[in-house]
Amino acid sequence: MESHGPDESESADADERDRVAVAGAYPWVVRPLVRAAFWLEDRTGLWKTFGPMLQHPVPRKAGWMYVFGSATLMAFLIQVITGTVLATVYVPSTSQAYGTLQYITHEAVLGRILRGMHYFGASAMILLVGIHMARVFLTASYKYPRSVNWITGILLLFLTIGMGFTGQLLRWDQDGVWSVVVSAEQAGRVPFIGHYLATLVMGGETVGGTTLSRFFAIHVFFIPGLIFGFLALHLFLVLQHGISEPPKSGEPVDPKTYRKKYEALLKSDGVPFWPDAAWRDVIFSLLVCLTILVLAITVGPPDLNKPPDPTEIHAVPRPDWYFFWYFSLMALLPHGSDKYLLWIMPMALVLVPTLLPLLFNKGERSITKRPWAPIIVLTTVVTIVVLWRLGLEAPWTPRFDTPPLAASLVHSNDPMIQHGALLFHDKACIYCHQVEGQGGIRGPELTHVADRLTRDQLVWRISNGGYNMPGFTYNLSGKEMGDLIAFLQSRTQKSATRPITSIQVQPLAFAGKKQ
Amino acid sequence: MNIKVNKPKEEECLAPWRPAADSQALRRRRFLNWMCIGLGGISVSSILWAVVGFMLAPLGKATKSVWRAVGKVDDFKIGSTTIVKLDDASSLPWAGYAGKTAAWLRRDDASTFTCFSINCTHLGCPVRWIDTAQLFMCPCHGGVYYQDGAVAAGPPPQPLPRYDVRVRDGNVEVLASAVPITRGVS
Repeated sequence: MESHGPDESESADADERDRVAVAGAYPWVVRPLVRAAFWLEDRTGLWKTFGPMLQHPVPRKAGWMYVFGSATLMAFLIQVITGTVLATVYVPSTSQAYGTLQYITHEAVLGRILRGMHYFGASAMILLVGIHMARVFLTASYKYPRSVNWITGILLLFLTIGMGFTGQLLRWDQDGVWSVVVSAEQAGRVPFIGHYLATLVMGGETVGGTTLSRFFAIHVFFIPGLIFGFLALHLFLVLQHGISEPPKSGEPVDPKTYRKKYEALLKSDGVPFWPDAAWRDVIFSLLVCLTILVLAITVGPPDLNKPPDPTEIHAVPRPDWYFFWYFSLMALLPHGSDKYLLWIMPMALVLVPTLLPLLFNKGERSITKRPWAPIIVLTTVVTIVVLWRLGLEAPWTPRFDTPPLAASLVHSNDPMIQHGALLFHDKACIYCHQVEGQGGIRGPELTHVADRLTRDQLVWRISNGGYNMPGFTYNLSGKEMGDLIAFLQSRTQKSATRPITSIQVQPLAFAGKKQ
Repeated sequence: MNIKVNKPKEEECLAPWRPAADSQALRRRRFLNWMCIGLGGISVSSILWAVVGFMLAPLGKATKSVWRAVGKVDDFKIGSTTIVKLDDASSLPWAGYAGKTAAWLRRDDASTFTCFSINCTHLGCPVRWIDTAQLFMCPCHGGVYYQDGAVAAGPPPQPLPRYDVRVRDGNVEVLASAVPITRGVS
């Protein structure tokens, strides 16, 4: 039988009297809860362990710019909770996934809102993690001693992007199915092992029964497991090194003296994180939650595309909005560079930021002394926004649904010109070239092309093509070329108001397709 | 809420472990240290080999090409390019929609057929055949191919892949095989 010394007993009695006194200070309704809390704390020691973490000192001047990390964490928690709940209905089978999502969206109670929360939560998480990274970069918080914070942050960024990609794929509609093939094609470009990587992506050498379940496991288990692990390390390091103080010009980071200076700053001008700094995080996280909820209710989740049928060749695969910039980049890469850039680019996007704290460990943190930092961030943001905007419009996509030009837009009764207008559609020219506001926007607009190109130039271009235009030497007969040229030559400013009744077409020196 | 907790005495917080002056105890401790690490590694490996093997299993299972009938010879006009749908080479029973694929089949003459993959060689999107223009066009990034599959314009790095085709007993058969993935530098 254990015996306790008189000092220990007196101390325990004193503690018990204190607890009773504290509980007694609360309204009688709440007292049982307070006593329960004391009981739990005595048996677990949770507050003793985690309380100091919540109240760890932070620089008093760390203001609203520091809320994005916790907001990203909030978005992640929303994803975990909503994703877990969605998984109680969603079936990750290639034959049933689409049907279960239709059920969730249109029949399940609150299913549409839950799916919406999950979709907008993903968007919020990707947006916030990018903003958080930009803030850390601008304040050079990656410098000593927070190098590993930054590196774990980079990993978390790319794991988040991986979640976004695998998540949209799990919708398993037309876009989902084709995004598997697109990602396998990208993986296939990696030298020597590309074929094996592509096989692993598809779960075989074709898209099949194991493809979706593989991505489900990646989305629900593998990547979140890694995120939890790196997040724990990331948060531990935040506690370990503290939140970086707002940078000051003329106060460079020196690894030899930084820790002492930082501790001195916290002693003289530090406040407990909870609640003196945390209130901003709470307010901003609340705004994030409410925004996600409002969007989920008012806008709702993205409509499901057609069923995931790989034999449906009228698909126009598109990624979710946060990948539009990358989608644009794929279209704009110089021809022939894909076999290098498709694997070098993603690697560079991971490696270059990872090297940052290793190469620039010390020195000035203020942007007034590091003007290249805001320039880099601004350039990156502008590039992404421009590419995103381009991706929305996708000018490189042929406008397959364009009908033939209406007779009123042809401006001529000449049979050659009219036949030329029909050829302009049948030969798919109008899919890429607009005339009178109709058609595609990949190539130059041709409403008044005759005002700027001569007949010979037109023939040359149509015969030989261009960087993104096929040559039609073997797809057009001599007569067809003549009629098409007649139509294009009729396209002038004047002809818009004064229809051409006939056009003199000189014989063409054009071999063309055999009649 | 202020919660008063029992604060441990300072000496209880000090690590009780001290290096043993006795070399035999030290050797024993080192042995136990490495034994624990080694046995822990064996425990992990005993589970991990099956887990890793399962995940990498698709690498060891090459898709067997299978001949699939896509129609009678007379179903296809000479000179026409038609979409045909067929089961994948490695279709699993629960694959549903995903167990199928498509191809562009052209009847060149009375007995000869050419079959093109629908997968653009740029990033795998499904190409469309524009019959009046005699061109294949990709909706994703604007790739264009001529009727023989050669690259006409845009980003595709290689011609459209072809599947083997044969005629057996009046049926046109296509050799269904792996998705044609464009290789990089090798």
